[in-house]
Amino acid sequence: MSGQTLYDKLWHCHLVEQREDGTALIYIDRQLIHEVTSPQAFEGLRLAGRQPWRVDANFAVPDHNVPTERVERSGGVAGITDTVSRLQVQTLDDNCRDFHILEFQINDTRQGIVHVVGPEQGVTLPGMTIVCGDSHTSTHGALGALAHGIGTSEVEHVLATQCLVQQKMKNMLVRVDGQLQTGVTAKDVVLAIIGEIGTAGGTGYAIEFGGEVVRALSMEGRMTICNMAIEAGARAGLISVDETTVEYVKGRPYAPRGQQWEQAVAAWRDLHSDADARFDRTVVLHGADIKPQVTWGTSPEMVLPVDGIIPDPSSMDNAAQRESTERALHYMGLKAGMSITDIRLDQVFIGSCTNSRIEDLRAAAAVVKGKKVAATIKRALVVPGSGMIKQQAEAEGLDKIFTAAGLEWREPGCSMCLAMNSDKLGAGEHCASTSNRNFEGRQGFGGRTHLVSPAMAAAAAVAGHFVDVRNW
Amino acid sequence: MKSFSVLQGVAAPMDRANVDTDLIIPKQFLKSIKRSGFGPNLFDEVRYLDQGEPGQDCSARPLNMDFPLNQKRYQGAGVLLARENFGCGSSREHAPWALEDFGLRCIIAPSFADIFYNNCFKNGVLPIVLDAQVVDRLFVEMYASPGYELKIDLARQVVQTPSGEQISFKVDAFRKHCLLNGLDDIALTLESADAIRAYEQRWRQQSPWLFDVIG
Repeated sequence: MSGQTLYDKLWHCHLVEQREDGTALIYIDRQLIHEVTSPQAFEGLRLAGRQPWRVDANFAVPDHNVPTERVERSGGVAGITDTVSRLQVQTLDDNCRDFHILEFQINDTRQGIVHVVGPEQGVTLPGMTIVCGDSHTSTHGALGALAHGIGTSEVEHVLATQCLVQQKMKNMLVRVDGQLQTGVTAKDVVLAIIGEIGTAGGTGYAIEFGGEVVRALSMEGRMTICNMAIEAGARAGLISVDETTVEYVKGRPYAPRGQQWEQAVAAWRDLHSDADARFDRTVVLHGADIKPQVTWGTSPEMVLPVDGIIPDPSSMDNAAQRESTERALHYMGLKAGMSITDIRLDQVFIGSCTNSRIEDLRAAAAVVKGKKVAATIKRALVVPGSGMIKQQAEAEGLDKIFTAAGLEWREPGCSMCLAMNSDKLGAGEHCASTSNRNFEGRQGFGGRTHLVSPAMAAAAAVAGHFVDVRNW
Repeated sequence: MKSFSVLQGVAAPMDRANVDTDLIIPKQFLKSIKRSGFGPNLFDEVRYLDQGEPGQDCSARPLNMDFPLNQKRYQGAGVLLARENFGCGSSREHAPWALEDFGLRCIIAPSFADIFYNNCFKNGVLPIVLDAQVVDRLFVEMYASPGYELKIDLARQVVQTPSGEQISFKVDAFRKHCLLNGLDDIALTLESADAIRAYEQRWRQQSPWLFDVIG
């Protein structure tokens, strides 16, 4: 019998019941909760007269709707101008109070984007099964946890039973060999992977990311990669535990301590795929071949290296591909044959659960230091992923670098990644964004999103158009 | 949950690949704390010519008449014909809520995104995967004959076309059982409460750091 993959190991040690019909009952160690996908789940519990199975397995934080402007933010929940957003954040507070669930409220220093706060606080640990009513839950797989997004019915199901009914996924290995060029980051790696396998390439799979490039990444970089596993169609992304993981977790507020720490680390050492593990599919990329990436279309797979040329639909044989390219170019207001570096930008957004961690902010600050945002840029936002990151960045003086260059320094939250608060694009505006989705309307009605790394976004803010950050 | 047994309904097209859940129901409508009322905002950005906001009276908004669901021949549609990777992106269950609320209780496509596919079954919506060539043929037949209806029989796992052709589809046994009977799957899982407790006790001994730390 061949060895087990990391996913196989995590699955087996959380298996409560294997059923004859092929489904299985899987135990969930941690549920992360935010304000958008949980109100109906709590309402369902109330209507059925049920209580949470295990209160201490749940953790909540509001992030999607919270305002990021200091003035609006300073009023707390009551200060949220949008009444519908305010009700949703208030409802989370009410539900957590009624069901005794730990919540970092809107103006708690530890508040932030749920996928940033979880690992930062040690609420997310290696070896856990983690779910959240949010598809970017795949982020937590960077710590060697089995983590994926679920719908609201399943949020209620986990609250009530601590389990999910699941079918085992297939195993995919994406290996990135060699080394990255200077100026090429984790974001470029994951965009290149999505460009290679497509947005449905990982459907039905848990993707493990490995290889020399991934091993050399910091935890921040690994989280960026796993975060976008869902953009390749895979609900879960995974990276095996190594010294980098253990060092990252050590000393976090909710991480184990003392003797339990030793015991935990010993258990985590086994969280890797066996040498003879069998993967259903393996994809190999070479780090040295990866250039800074920019998406030009309305799906993350519509991506090119920064020196690329916008594709010509008339040269495509496949009718479906031709139509979707035409539609994307029309929506994006771009022409076939144009250079990526000729795309003029209106806004820049540095933030989101993909790229709002300290390392991302440092990379962006290094690019804009001593420079000015181009006069043609209407707005450039930097939104830290959490209050702790904001504090750290301010201690390092990064906020001063950003504001001196003409970027706005905001309060933590999801912000313009999905524009549920007031940070959004106007119709027709092009945005260099460090977020994860370039879908139609994602950052605002008619808005045009280009996904890039923090360094690329920062360079674009200064130049007013895309530039190759390797030459910065 | 509403049960699903046999559905006969007009088929309508959503003729593009990679339809994401942002397109199915845009984020501004996710601020609702209810499960119902999302139908009027289904496909909001391509269905109307103006920008939608929560709480609007949608009956007064300008319609995009190029969008099939606004056209007379597709009124009252119950089945949506779609393309590859339908429902990709965000995990928002508001997507199947909006489809169901609109009256679309069956989606036929060559493939679906995982989370969306799973969410459908929790809401009385049946996603059916058929071979891409078969879906292509259904599109052609539908475009050729206004009022084109499909009959979906979940118990027999068959899609029937107006010509009487029967196309069988796969669905996993547990999901079929729950959907046919409109079952509350939390109650079903709680039938295994003893097994969950036994597992939890073992797991707590093995990994004590996962328990009693937060809350």
